Amino acid sequence: MGHDALYKEIILEHHKDPRNHGLLESATASITKHNPLCGDNVTVQIKLSPDNKTVDDIMFSGSGCSISVASASILTDDVKGQSVEKTLKLIEQFRGVMQGNEKPEVLEGDVEALTGVRQFPVRIKCALLAWTALKELIENQNKEKSA
Amino acid sequence: MDAQKIREQFPILRERVNGKALVYFDNGATHPKPTSVVDAEVKFYHHDNANVHRGVHALSQRATDSYEGVRNKLCKFFGTNNTQEYIFSSGTTASFNLLSTTLAPRVEAGDTIVVTRMEHHANFVPWQQLALSKKAKFEIVELKSDFTLDRDHFKRAMAMKPKIVSFSAMSNVLGHKNPVSELATLAKQAGAIVLVDGAQLVAHDEFKISDLGLIDAFVFSAHKISGPTGVGVMWAREEFLKSLPPYQFGGDMITFVEDQSTIWNELPWKFEAGTPNIAGVIGLGAALDFMTEIGRGNILKLEHELVKQGLAKLKQVKGLKILGSESHEGRAPIFSFILEGVHPHDIATLLDLEGIAVRAGHHCAQPLLRHFNQTATTRASLSYYNTAAELDVLVSAIENAKKVFSRGT
Repeated sequence: MGHDALYKEIILEHHKDPRNHGLLESATASITKHNPLCGDNVTVQIKLSPDNKTVDDIMFSGSGCSISVASASILTDDVKGQSVEKTLKLIEQFRGVMQGNEKPEVLEGDVEALTGVRQFPVRIKCALLAWTALKELIENQNKEKSA
Repeated sequence: MDAQKIREQFPILRERVNGKALVYFDNGATHPKPTSVVDAEVKFYHHDNANVHRGVHALSQRATDSYEGVRNKLCKFFGTNNTQEYIFSSGTTASFNLLSTTLAPRVEAGDTIVVTRMEHHANFVPWQQLALSKKAKFEIVELKSDFTLDRDHFKRAMAMKPKIVSFSAMSNVLGHKNPVSELATLAKQAGAIVLVDGAQLVAHDEFKISDLGLIDAFVFSAHKISGPTGVGVMWAREEFLKSLPPYQFGGDMITFVEDQSTIWNELPWKFEAGTPNIAGVIGLGAALDFMTEIGRGNILKLEHELVKQGLAKLKQVKGLKILGSESHEGRAPIFSFILEGVHPHDIATLLDLEGIAVRAGHHCAQPLLRHFNQTATTRASLSYYNTAAELDVLVSAIENAKKVFSRGT
């Protein structure tokens, strides 16, 4: 097993030059998640539209390995400007693929490059970190809204 | 015994990982087991399996003799003569929880508990939580820029007249020794109870308990010295042990149960509630024999050579920074490092593909890593059976990792 399956050019490129990296001044909600395995952490900040239906803006920060940084970069790139509904669907698909419950073909674009992580089970947590954070963040928002 | 002869005693070293010969550089996490340790456990289960301290039958007697015999081996290993001073637990973490729980009644609001910046979580969190619950002060002695303990800070901490001072004899991240005896003297002069985390020191140094000076307790885990997992040892002075209340109730720790009260068993069993890890303790006995057979002086010599080689070879890698002393003296072959531009997790995966096992992460020492502004490091922790050739495999794999991450620019 070579490293090419894991460290694809797209991933290394996102790691070197992550999209939407930094602090989001206009954030309406924020969440920090830790990877207990290594102590890495990611903070995801979002600005939802007033009706909570669209991800108007999103940024991430924190420290992490190439997989967690690239994964967060790809995630934020994919969901920025998207509807919350589509965002949650993408997160579910990505989690499904990572956990082996969905075929990798459902993922399109840069995110497809992350499918190689499945061959490295200990690294799946790295890839999922930002995605799990965003899911929880949105769910918290929905709860607050309905409360 | 040379390294090759010793290596043959560890079956796991014949494993191949990702098509490569295993290079096991994660001894700091847990040490490989020699055949004799596994055989001792198997022999117990196949021939002597019985509970200890309660049967009249032959097997129970044999089990008890083997189990209790390990306390004699510990006495010999550490140059003491009182078997009552060795308590078996499930590991270093369990021993510190025993200590923090049984010492809790002595800590009051405004008291001080002292640890150091280099503690493993096992010797940090129990005291932090005890301090929190008692509104006591939790003082963390810092490091100097050369990674050694700041003795001036330690002295200032002693001026606070702490109730408890608990520190590591050797950092599992930095790899160097602390001056245990000197620190113990200062702490005792301040009137403190002095506790020492010996989890790493036992594996990498030759010493007697008396060399550690005025300490009250010294704890370690069997699995770091090629014994089984799930077994810990707490050595503590008899008077100190007698001053502690029991920790857990039931089983071996009882002499007599009345309807409304109970009489505790004598030392050391007062602190060994329930059926102990009999096979594991017997395995620890075999591990002590194994280390004695190789010779602890010999172990020290072999490891000293690995320290020299490891520091020299790793220094050649551009962009690599070792977190820890670059001096050869008072140091174990534990190399925590950071590599510019490559996260430890990524290094560990790339090394794993070459068959090299290292630890990437916080090494259960987050307060220490925070001090260095790191969330993680890569740690290659070697043991006496490792070789310079394996260090070469490591260095070339690190160079390769650098190449992978120089792509995509």
